[in-house]
Amino acid sequence: MMPSRLHRLPWALLVLLAAFFVPALGSRFYTFLVNDMVIWALFATSLNLLVGYTGLVSFGHAAYFGIGAYATGLLMKQAGVSFLIAFPAAGVVAGLCALVFGFFCVRLTRIYFAMLTLAFAQIVWAICFKWNEVTGGEQGMPEIPYPGFDWLDRIVSAMPFLGSYRTSDYYYFTCLVLVALCLWLLQRIVASPFGRMLTTIRENAERAEFIGVNVRLYELAAFVLAGTFAGLAGGLFGIFNRGVFPDFAYWTKSSEVLIMTLLGGMGTFYGPAVGAVALIWLNQQIVSYTQYWPLILGSILVVLLFVFPGGLAGAVIALWHRLARRPAGA
Amino acid sequence: MPDPSFVFAQSLSGLTAAMFLFLIASGLSLIFGVLRVLNFAHGSFYMLGAYCAFQIVQWIGLDGGRFWLAALGAALAVAALGGIVEHFLFRHLYGKEELYQLLFTYALVLILSDVAKLIWGTQQKSVSRPPELSGAFHVFGATVPHYNLFILLLGPAIALAFWFVLQRTRAGRFIRAAALDRETLGALGVNVDGLYTWVFVIASFLGGLGGALIAPMRATTPGMDTEVIVEAFVVVVIGGLGSFWGTFLGALIYGQVLSFGILFFPRFSIFSVFALMAAVLIIRPWGLLGRPLK
Repeated sequence: MMPSRLHRLPWALLVLLAAFFVPALGSRFYTFLVNDMVIWALFATSLNLLVGYTGLVSFGHAAYFGIGAYATGLLMKQAGVSFLIAFPAAGVVAGLCALVFGFFCVRLTRIYFAMLTLAFAQIVWAICFKWNEVTGGEQGMPEIPYPGFDWLDRIVSAMPFLGSYRTSDYYYFTCLVLVALCLWLLQRIVASPFGRMLTTIRENAERAEFIGVNVRLYELAAFVLAGTFAGLAGGLFGIFNRGVFPDFAYWTKSSEVLIMTLLGGMGTFYGPAVGAVALIWLNQQIVSYTQYWPLILGSILVVLLFVFPGGLAGAVIALWHRLARRPAGA
Repeated sequence: MPDPSFVFAQSLSGLTAAMFLFLIASGLSLIFGVLRVLNFAHGSFYMLGAYCAFQIVQWIGLDGGRFWLAALGAALAVAALGGIVEHFLFRHLYGKEELYQLLFTYALVLILSDVAKLIWGTQQKSVSRPPELSGAFHVFGATVPHYNLFILLLGPAIALAFWFVLQRTRAGRFIRAAALDRETLGALGVNVDGLYTWVFVIASFLGGLGGALIAPMRATTPGMDTEVIVEAFVVVVIGGLGSFWGTFLGALIYGQVLSFGILFFPRFSIFSVFALMAAVLIIRPWGLLGRPLK
């Protein structure tokens, strides 16, 4: 049967391979667009660990994205630290903040949890917005340098048939490799016994407690991991965006990434990444016709909530099952 | 020590801000108390209230008490919109996950902000103060516009009216009952669906009224919706989600923290407000005057 054979293909690997050829198309714009998608895919997937797998609805996930972006940006621009250190530092700093904030958040349930994540995110935003000496305040921090790619350029130019690339292209490759690595790690986490336990907690936290699971500790671990990966995404984004701004941590950013997660489909591993890609592509398509993107996004969201609550991935899976159930040749 | 007249002016401006926030946040709190939904779109209703007031003033002017007509008309228009949204869309999400409800109200935020831009553009709009309240008092060396004083009196008046309706009328009893146990109320023969629509209408009316009344004090701009909703969240969280007097107290605290924060730590007044919100959630998640949810 067709669907099962399709199922066996290593889709993620194929997509990754294809993505490596984007700069070779020669369009600076497409590379830019796909780079944007790649970073947001990681951001949305990190949120899904929390919302989709653990069942914790965070309304302040942008805080960790912003913290990561400022950490990398400050280290690279003000301290002149190498990207090799500044990038992991984004994850470490965001993870530590997530540990502190999460410690309080996981004590609360449902709506209160969402409100406290929102409050912490707004605190982060307020600090970034007002602490002019360090964060540049409202004006943000422009001109974050690219990592040095001289060594890579030398290797590439020495090799035949590879062609030549811009610095932004090299940065795109870097993002691609790092995000692929992060997604692989996240997938391992989700598939591990730890990840299974998170799903158990989502389904029935009380029962998990009965069988001796320290639910809060698991939730905190998920919170820290999600924050860490969001921080890494933020670190990549600051450089990609050539600047870090306080609205990275503003609450509307948190809703944007929630919408991506929902659009793609929560609880499926690649759903949120698909959602990020779809939304950014759609945004780019629509912005060339009209400035009223929020109106369109809001309408899409309403349709999604009422018609496809499982998101794109949910719709595809439903279609898949219908195809699979049908006997061959019918 | 700062100048006492300055302190006085500062606390008065904090009180005025508090009364506005109370108008807006009380609607938010009412919806949460009864429907158990955090309505992000409440800030959009507030913004639409301001724009509608501006529009009606454009049509009829504001002399001879017409401003009050415009404010009332704007609030009623927003209330009608709230009722329509609840009746045709929101109602279908009650059984679903909280996240869906939150995101639906956020979708409304996106849609309504663009609708406002489509109709009124991105330029900021301003409404003059109604002529009968355009003067100012001078107290302790501070200047207090009549309009601000009016708002200071209106806030508690609306709070009392609200309390009276909730505690002393039949409709108020139903609303309180619905907040406690929807099914039992329905089984007793009360039309709960209709009641929910009315709760939404009243809440939207309060949001719209807040927006319409603030139009003469602050510029009406796109973007005021997302700003105010976070402020209103802070207020209802501090006071207690769903608690009516809690919202009043929360608004008072918010106004004072903000205006004295500006006085003493000008850079971190916004920070202190959110820090207060986080502290309340950590220590007493149900707020100062709220009751824990089951």
